[in-house]
Amino acid sequence: MNEAQNRIVFEDVSKFYGDVLGVNRVNLSVPPGITSLVGPNGSGKTTLMNLMTGLVQPTRGRISILGIAPDDPERLFRVVGYCTQFDSFPRGMTGYQFIYSYLRLFGYAHAQSSELAMRAIERVSLTDAAGRKIAGYSKGMRQRIKLAQAICHNPSVLVLDEPLNGLDPLIRAETIALFRALAAEGLHLIISSHVLHEVDVISDQVILLSNGYVVAEGEIKGVRDEIEDHPMQVLIRCDKPGELASQIFHNDYVVEARIHKDRQGVLVKTRDADRFYLLLNKIAQNGIEIESVAPADDDVLSVYEYLIGTEESTK
Amino acid sequence: MNERPWGLWWTQVRAVMRLELKKTLFSRRGIWVYFLAFVPVIIFAAHSIYMMKLGRAGDIGEDTHTFAEIFQLFYLRLAIFFGCVGIFMNLFRGEVLDKSLHYYFLAPVRRTVLLAGKFLSGLLAASVIFGTSMVLQFVALYWYFDSSTRQEYLFHGHGLAHLAAYLGVTLLACLGYGAVFLAAGVMFRNPLLPTAAVLVWEAINAILPAALQHISVIFYLKSLCPVTIPGDISLDKGNPLGFIAMNPAPASAVTAIVGLLALSIVAVAFSSRQLRHMEIDYGSD
Ligand SMILES: Nc1ncnc2c1ncn2[C@@H]1O[C@H](COP(=O)(O)OP(=O)(O)OP(=O)(O)O)[C@@H](O)[C@H]1O
Ligand SMILES: [Mg+2]
Repeated sequence: MNEAQNRIVFEDVSKFYGDVLGVNRVNLSVPPGITSLVGPNGSGKTTLMNLMTGLVQPTRGRISILGIAPDDPERLFRVVGYCTQFDSFPRGMTGYQFIYSYLRLFGYAHAQSSELAMRAIERVSLTDAAGRKIAGYSKGMRQRIKLAQAICHNPSVLVLDEPLNGLDPLIRAETIALFRALAAEGLHLIISSHVLHEVDVISDQVILLSNGYVVAEGEIKGVRDEIEDHPMQVLIRCDKPGELASQIFHNDYVVEARIHKDRQGVLVKTRDADRFYLLLNKIAQNGIEIESVAPADDDVLSVYEYLIGTEESTK
Repeated sequence: MNERPWGLWWTQVRAVMRLELKKTLFSRRGIWVYFLAFVPVIIFAAHSIYMMKLGRAGDIGEDTHTFAEIFQLFYLRLAIFFGCVGIFMNLFRGEVLDKSLHYYFLAPVRRTVLLAGKFLSGLLAASVIFGTSMVLQFVALYWYFDSSTRQEYLFHGHGLAHLAAYLGVTLLACLGYGAVFLAAGVMFRNPLLPTAAVLVWEAINAILPAALQHISVIFYLKSLCPVTIPGDISLDKGNPLGFIAMNPAPASAVTAIVGLLALSIVAVAFSSRQLRHMEIDYGSD
C-alpha cells in the first residue's frame, strides 16, 4: 500500500471564517494509532476535525484521508466515522432509531442495519437504553450514542471531538478501553481534548494546537522534550504559600519556587508542567487550599494552557 | 467506481425520504400547512350545506367562476405558496436550526443525492396535501347540486376536464414553488426576506415586461388554469389590486409546462450547487 493511502495528510492547510482564523498553515501526516489533538478552547481542534470530514472547506491547502478527498462524502464516510462536538440530535428518535437510520443512508438493508446498530450500541454499553428517546438521555449517554454512530459502520478512521466530555470515571475508563481496542484493530483514532492529561497515557502521538497553529507534533515523548526545553513560570494562589513552596521545591523538575511579593502565592518555574500538575493535585488533597493556578509568563501561556487547562476550560 | 451507481443512489434517496416524509407530514411545526390547504374545503362545504338548507338551486357556471377565482387568488398564490415556504424552506434550514444537519453530511451520501431525497419528500408531501384538498374542494363545491346535474356537469360538461386541469396545476405549483423555496432555503438563513421578495415578484408579474414574466411560477400556472378569471373586469371595478389577476399574454399549455419544468430544474440545480459548498455553521451557541 502506498504510504499516503494509509495516512491522514494536511498540506499547508488554512481555514479562515471570514476574518477569523480557524487554523493556519497546517502540515500533518498522521499514521494509524491514537493521535491526540490537544489545545485550549478556540485553538482550532474542531476546525481541524471539520476540515478532515468535509463539514468545512479549507481556504487554502489540500487534505487527504487515506487518499480520499474530504469533499467526496460518498467514499469518505465508508472509511471515516466522526463524533462531533455538537450535542444535538434529530428530533424524536430513540437511540436505536438514530443509529439504524444513519446506517440505512449507507444503502444497507434493514437486517444489516439493524444488526450493525445493535452491535455498535452494545459496544458503548447502551443496550438497555437503546429503545428510549435520546431526548431523555443523560449527557454521558448522549456522548456514547454519538460514539456508537461514529463506529457503527466499522470505519478505519475515527475522528472524535472531546469524546470523554461528560463521562463519569467508570464509563470514561470503559470508553478509553474501547479506544485502545479500536486502535489495536489498526484504526486511526483522532481524539481531541483541551487537557493533555486526559489523553496522554493513551496516545501514540500528540498534536499540540495553539491559536490556530500546530505548535508541536510527534510521539508523546518527543513533545514532552520540546516542552522541557523551556521551563515555564506558573503562579499558584493559595492560603499557605510557605508550606506549598517547601513541598514542591525539592522536585527535580521544579527549577525554582519562590513566594510571591504579596505573600499570597508561589511563583514556580518548572520544566515539566505535566508532572508538576499531578503533584499539585496531590498537595491540594493534603490540606493546602489552592485558589488558582495561572501562567505567569505570557510567552508560555499557550504551552501552559494545553498542559494544564484553566478552570473554566474544564467544562 | 467509474460506473454510476444508480441503484445505490436510489436506495439512498429512499432512505432519506423515509426520514423526511415523517418530518414533513407529521411534524407539529407543519400543522398550519394543513390548515392553509384545507380552508377552502371548509368554505365550499359550508356554502354547499347552506345552499342545501335553503333548498336553493345553484348555478354551475357561477360556481365555476367563483371556484376559479378562489383557486387562483387564494389557493395558488397564498395557500400553496406559503405551504411550499413552510415545507421546502425548512428542508435544510429546519435542520440547521435543530443543529442536526451534520448527521446527513457525515453519511456516505452525495450532497446531490441528499438534495434529491429531501426535495422528492417535500414534493410528495406537498402534492398529497394540496392535491387531496383540491379534489375535496371540487367535491364540496358541487355537493349541493342534485345528482343528475352533477353527472351532467362531470361527464358531459367540463367537470372532469377541469378537475384534471386543476389537479395538474396544483401539482405543478408544488413543483415550481417547491423548487424556488428549496433554493431560497439553502441560500438564506432568514426566510422572511426571500419569501416577501418572491411574493411581491409573483404579484406584479402581470405588469412586468414580457421577458421577465417568464421568470416566475405564477405566469405558467395562470396560463394553465382552465377558467381564466377576468382580471381586467376587477380593474374596471376600480379594484387597485386587479392587476394581480391579469394574464395579458398567456402561454400555450406546452410552453407553460416546459417553462415551469425548466424553471424548476434551474432552481434545483442551483440548490445542488449551493449544497455542495455548504459548510456546517450553526452560529454561536
Ligand atoms: N463557524 C465559525 N465562524 C466563525 N469563527 C469560527 C467558527 N468556528 C470556529 N471559529 C473560530 O475559529 C477558532 C477555532 O475554533 P475551534 O472551534 O476550532 O476551536 P476548538 O479548539 O475546537 O475549541 P473548543 O475547545 O472550545 O472546542 C476560534 O477562534 C473560533 O472562534
Ligand atoms: Mg472544539
